[in-house]
Amino acid sequence: MMRPDLDIIQHWIEPGSRVLDLGCGDGSLLKFLKSEKEVSEIGLEIAENNIRLCLEKGVNVIEQDLNKSLQNFKDKSFDTVLLTQTLQAVNYPDVIIDEMLRIGKNCIVTFPNFGNWRSRMYLFFRGRMPVSNFMPYEWYNTPNIHFCTVRDFDELCRDKNIKVITRTVVDHRHRGSWMIKLWPNLLGETAIYHISR
Amino acid sequence: MPNTVPENSVGIVTPQCLHFDEPLLLRSGKSINSYDLMIETYGRLNDKKSNAILICHALSGDHHAAGYHSKDESKPGWWDHCIGPGKPIDTNKFFVVCLNNLGGCAGSTGPSSVNPDTGTFYGPDFPVVTVRDWVKSQVALMEKLEIVQWAAVVGGSLGGMQVMRWAISYPEKLRHAIMIAVAPKLSAQNIAFNEVARQSITADPNFHNGRYLEHGTYPKKGVMLARMVGHITYLSDSAMRDKFGKAAEPINSESIAGNFGRDLRTGKLSFGLNVDFQVESYLHYQGERFSERFDANTYLLMTKALDYFDPTVDYDGSLSAAFANSSCRFLLMSFSSDWRFPPERSREIVDALLEAGKQVSYLEIEADQGHDAFLLPVPRYIDAFTTYLQRVSDEVNS
Repeated sequence: MMRPDLDIIQHWIEPGSRVLDLGCGDGSLLKFLKSEKEVSEIGLEIAENNIRLCLEKGVNVIEQDLNKSLQNFKDKSFDTVLLTQTLQAVNYPDVIIDEMLRIGKNCIVTFPNFGNWRSRMYLFFRGRMPVSNFMPYEWYNTPNIHFCTVRDFDELCRDKNIKVITRTVVDHRHRGSWMIKLWPNLLGETAIYHISR
Repeated sequence: MPNTVPENSVGIVTPQCLHFDEPLLLRSGKSINSYDLMIETYGRLNDKKSNAILICHALSGDHHAAGYHSKDESKPGWWDHCIGPGKPIDTNKFFVVCLNNLGGCAGSTGPSSVNPDTGTFYGPDFPVVTVRDWVKSQVALMEKLEIVQWAAVVGGSLGGMQVMRWAISYPEKLRHAIMIAVAPKLSAQNIAFNEVARQSITADPNFHNGRYLEHGTYPKKGVMLARMVGHITYLSDSAMRDKFGKAAEPINSESIAGNFGRDLRTGKLSFGLNVDFQVESYLHYQGERFSERFDANTYLLMTKALDYFDPTVDYDGSLSAAFANSSCRFLLMSFSSDWRFPPERSREIVDALLEAGKQVSYLEIEADQGHDAFLLPVPRYIDAFTTYLQRVSDEVNS
């Protein structure tokens, strides 16, 4: 089944456009966009097994570490650049965001909202870094080294003069209720931003 | 070959010689009026003629890419690891065509053929052929085989350069371009090694300005030297350390522990000019074997074709502009320890394809074997190659 955050994303993708997915995983999203939107896709990935799964799906994949450099991608060479559930795992999130906005005409970023009430409760009552189904790692072995909250990301966008085209925040069932709209940073679990310069 | 044909081998194969009467105008301005191409095919062409794969060979390759010519042949074709039933280029799914390029010495018209105009060997008079000329002749071959579009054109090293030329000059004639251990063009270092190889051959007193066949002789020593220097560039330092660092007779225990690949041939140093180390005798053996099967003039031609290859020459030096009309999908694979055509060289092509907005996949395979890795059964390479071509088969065989 399609991850519901990905279902939201697809509405922001122009049919037939050129899409770059940074950390494309097994290529599911790109395959979906390829068949639904006939996009011309490129995925970046470093996990060998994921690369294989992309090839199996017929999804274009390039073995490249997005933490190192994206300088090989020309300015505005893609219509949309995606970073889904990966922002918290990169070395320099601000640099990646800048690079995405350089390469893409518009960008889509999704990340787990660390400001969610569950994380707050966990930290408040247990005094320890939150561990959950979605974040099953201990603090010392987690690949998620840069967690942020919806408010943090809003702040980053303001500082960098990034235009937020749409911001959608959803709960763990990926529904966006009126309550979440009212208190996104408290109730939202996944933040989905559509941004541009 | 083994007593019984292995299940994943194409088995006993018979080459065919095809004759072409249409003159071929070459890049140099010269032309060849008629020529032969030696080919081998494996697998069966489907009814739609959509499952054909062309294999382009590298510097010292030929049409014999897989299987055995006879029960007595000790080694299979040069790419037997990748071509056969159940292998990456699966002969149960694809019709595979491999040829000996023009100027070669395995049956196609080349310097050791007799020039019909003069009645003597072409020798040094055989015109310099380029990658572009080869691909032109491959198009003629394609027409003769009544294939309209290749499912894929595949090649490693110099073979990959031919694939690039296909994608640039004949975009509608291939669905997939697969280039392995390739570079967009040779670097000064690459050309330098080729020049040493050429000088070794031409400096051999038996070379006779390339007319050695008329003199009934052969520049064996020169070809040996050329191959020896070439062979070093195909291996990696660590591959050589491995290969020559585990035999029974090291100088002392440290030399094995340090794995410098310094195995001795006889167990002690000669303190003379004899062959002391295993690596020396290995190179001699490789050179010797090669000189028995390969023509000196062909070697000179092949290295020139490598040196001259530059797909950007018609596009003001821009590789991405060269690919502008390409419509196929691309797969590139490089190997971490390849210092002849290192991964960065493949990346240059990938980046140009990205700039041109093309469909491209790229894998950098961790492998110790150097440039030669593309001929060897490196597990991740074989796996990715198989996976990709399975998709291609689904496309063309459905």
